[in-house]
Amino acid sequence: MKQKLTKWRLLTVFGLLALVLSGCGEPFLSTLRPAGEAGQIAYDLMILSTVIMVGVVIVVSIMFAVAVIKFRRKKGDDSIPKQVEGSHTLEIVWTVIPILLLIILAIPTVIATFDLADTKAMDKKNEDGTTDALVVNVRASLYWWEFEYPNQGIVTSQDLVVPTDQKVYFNVKASDVKHSFWIPAAGGKIDTNVENVNKIWLEFDNEKASEAGNIFYGKCAELCGPSHALMDFKVKAIPQDEFDQWVTAMKSTKESTPTDPEAAAGQEIFKQKCLSCHAVTAADERPEQARLAPNLANFGDRELVAGILEHNEEEVKNWLEDPEKYKPGNKMTGTYGELSDQELDQLAAYLMGLKVEQ
Amino acid sequence: MSTIAHTQKRGFAGTVWEYLTTVDHKKIAILYLIAGGLFFLIGGIEAMMIRIQLAVPNNDFVSAGLFNEIITMHGTTMIFLAAMPLLFAFMNAVMPLQIGARDVAFPFINALGFWLFFFGGLFLNLSWFLGGAPDAGWTSYASLSLASEGHGVDFYVLGLQISGFGTLMGGINFLVTIINMRAPGMTYMRMPLFTWTTFVASALILFAFPPLTVGLFMMMFDRMFGSGFFDVAAGGNTIIWEHFFWIFGHPEVYILILPAFGIFSEIFPTFARKRLFGYSSMVFATVLIGFLGFMVWAHHMFTTGLGPIANAIFAVATMAIAVPTGIKIFNWIMTIWGGKITFTVPMLYAVSFIPSFVMGGVTGVMQAAAPADYQFHDSYFIVAHFHYVIVGGVVLALLAGCHFYWPLMFGTMLSERLGKITFALFFTGFHLTFFIQHFLGLMGMPRRVWTFLPGQGLETGNLISSIGAAFMAAGVIIFLINVVNTQVKNVQVGRDPWKDGRTLEWAIPSPAPFYNFKQLPLVRGLDAFWIEKMEGKTEMTPAEPIGDIHMPNNAFAPFLISLGLFIAAFGAMYQVDDKPWAIPVLIIGMAITFGSMLYRSIKDDHGYHIHKEDLLDDADKGGTR
Repeated sequence: MKQKLTKWRLLTVFGLLALVLSGCGEPFLSTLRPAGEAGQIAYDLMILSTVIMVGVVIVVSIMFAVAVIKFRRKKGDDSIPKQVEGSHTLEIVWTVIPILLLIILAIPTVIATFDLADTKAMDKKNEDGTTDALVVNVRASLYWWEFEYPNQGIVTSQDLVVPTDQKVYFNVKASDVKHSFWIPAAGGKIDTNVENVNKIWLEFDNEKASEAGNIFYGKCAELCGPSHALMDFKVKAIPQDEFDQWVTAMKSTKESTPTDPEAAAGQEIFKQKCLSCHAVTAADERPEQARLAPNLANFGDRELVAGILEHNEEEVKNWLEDPEKYKPGNKMTGTYGELSDQELDQLAAYLMGLKVEQ
Repeated sequence: MSTIAHTQKRGFAGTVWEYLTTVDHKKIAILYLIAGGLFFLIGGIEAMMIRIQLAVPNNDFVSAGLFNEIITMHGTTMIFLAAMPLLFAFMNAVMPLQIGARDVAFPFINALGFWLFFFGGLFLNLSWFLGGAPDAGWTSYASLSLASEGHGVDFYVLGLQISGFGTLMGGINFLVTIINMRAPGMTYMRMPLFTWTTFVASALILFAFPPLTVGLFMMMFDRMFGSGFFDVAAGGNTIIWEHFFWIFGHPEVYILILPAFGIFSEIFPTFARKRLFGYSSMVFATVLIGFLGFMVWAHHMFTTGLGPIANAIFAVATMAIAVPTGIKIFNWIMTIWGGKITFTVPMLYAVSFIPSFVMGGVTGVMQAAAPADYQFHDSYFIVAHFHYVIVGGVVLALLAGCHFYWPLMFGTMLSERLGKITFALFFTGFHLTFFIQHFLGLMGMPRRVWTFLPGQGLETGNLISSIGAAFMAAGVIIFLINVVNTQVKNVQVGRDPWKDGRTLEWAIPSPAPFYNFKQLPLVRGLDAFWIEKMEGKTEMTPAEPIGDIHMPNNAFAPFLISLGLFIAAFGAMYQVDDKPWAIPVLIIGMAITFGSMLYRSIKDDHGYHIHKEDLLDDADKGGTR
């Protein structure tokens, strides 16, 4: 028995050690460092349930340990212990106490369930069809994310930009197979179904956003194919005024010819090979079925290439040369033929120049 | 002497033929044990590949597509082809003996159930060699599984339908057996807990497998015959698949865990030398868990967007299940409380099961809180949770059951020393692998990811988890060595080898004679054999004079019926590719199946009788196998 106890102790130490080493995870990713109200509601409930449950585990473990240690059969002891049938009192005790504990957990659960589902603000439409609340239409496609701002009339992808300190409402759906929209630090996930639109709200505190460097990680949480693990996106949470500037800048993106000759050459290639799927203006008025690939209007401002590679010209070229290598099963591979080194240079130069931020 | 004599002394081919045609529940149990064990090893190898791939970030041990095939097959194999058949092995081996029956109610169907399961599992696993395994997860959510290319998901759909028939037949058979074939005096409230849990789990199978079969059937038509049940473009709906799957899938976890509870409920009293505390509330809790198990499926779908009302109802219903489960845990603790505990290997598994399973149970309650589950869902937290209940509950029970019932099935005892080494390795490895995964999930790691990028704080946890998996693998290898050693040495241990056996299965020689009970025993209360022992008797009081025993003949038809479906499945699958041979193969397979069924229906098979005189001659020579 001693051996077993040491093992238990060792395990606990191991677990704690690992925890201390990694803190509670990274502020841009961990559910244990909630960035706003929605995340906080879930976090509070997690803590409440953990406290109750750790209590249960401790009580059971103590009873268990006492029983196992105290009632060992000694060598040579061949006696038969008293055969006890049971105890009504005890049965009632361990039925009623758990019920009480569960009620303590159930009430906040039900309240929080309704709070998190409250998206009435999305339905309060003004006369022109817009809403006062900020609404983002999220569309998940095989290994990329599109974010459409219907009130502002702009579309972006891969990097979701949101203002801090206010509720942001999302309409989420999928365009091919089911995915799930999850920004762990900001709150719970919601599936992007293929047959209906789901609604959710999240909030990003300004303070928490600056702690995380204004960037949160978003994930796809539902198995969707080979590159499910790589279907990441980023959330840029910035103060309202910066957000407004960004919207204005996005609205005015145009297909202008860059001044740099290399980038200009890149634009020509882009027009031939890429433009049928990728738009470069944020005010994309085509229907979503026509938007086959991520909008690249602010590609130069992105955090990562394709959601996973470092954001520099070298990686852009690597990606364009062989997307299959980085995201197996993606829909871009093989749609634009071979690119020469020169063409890759020119395209990368053009793409990196697509910016709205100074 | 004729009938008994020719069951003895057979060559290798004779033994194989005997097992291919057997309808004896004890031999079918061995078949389930071997086949289930084999699939368990395959699933384990898949698990090791998953942990190797995830040991370090950006690993390329397996490719993304292959990884998805591995996780799908790991889950499907472990649930359908390893855990359930292994439990079926114990149900077959133990339950008829526990209720004092000579066999199950339908021996022929019992054999058919096994062969259907086996051919279904074989078909599913052949996918590895025939163009790729299914890759849409064991849940096979409709939009992804319909989009999945190749034949992987077809293997899943067809293989599970075939093995699902087998499981359903097994469940019905056990139900009928328990209702009709209990020995005189064995009332419902005198049935051992393992029989009770078999009974409730069988009832769950009866109600849970049809929805799965319906779902699989629809998916088969969507993928192979152009229907549109789940095809949104054609007006279908993929959420329906989720409902079908989880209406089956949630009871399924109780189908697994209840028999595991049953095994532990036998082990605790035996090695604490004390009757099960609160027997009637244990029975009540079992039935209640079985009932509530059908009311909670949508908690797997909290993030699907069913709305706050559905989520709140299912959240509260799910929490309610914790109450009967808690009753069980406390009753087990009170069973050993005041007992005289001997720490044999089965008992080590049983006592370590309590804290392990409690940890899995409490995370289950945490997930029942829907808004918190929006965070847990589809993250590694879930992976940690269900491995805590399935490994910490079911697999520990299977290992415990192997050690505990080995003498009953084979007449030999597994080595206690090697058993303790296995236990130490497996138990340490299990906690090392899965405890840390709770935190990986909370730190934002989604499940079913084939790799993860560095710099997200996930490296340490994943490495620890992979190291733990290696411990578990080492434990399983030592267990195999133990099995081989024991069977090579073949030291027969005879009746009641644990000395403290309480129930009827220990009252007869181990391994049991092929007719089980020479005379049906008279059951005078709970723990029937214990009662007799306490009165100084060594045997059960017979309830009938020695007389002829009616036995069923062996049959090859179960094998053929299953083989036919196995062949037909290939035809059904490849007709999609317009292969010219596909339709003929489908027809040939079906012809074999229906031909065998027809043969079985037309031919009169009255079985045979073991004559009274032979039984008297056979007096206590032990089993003939």
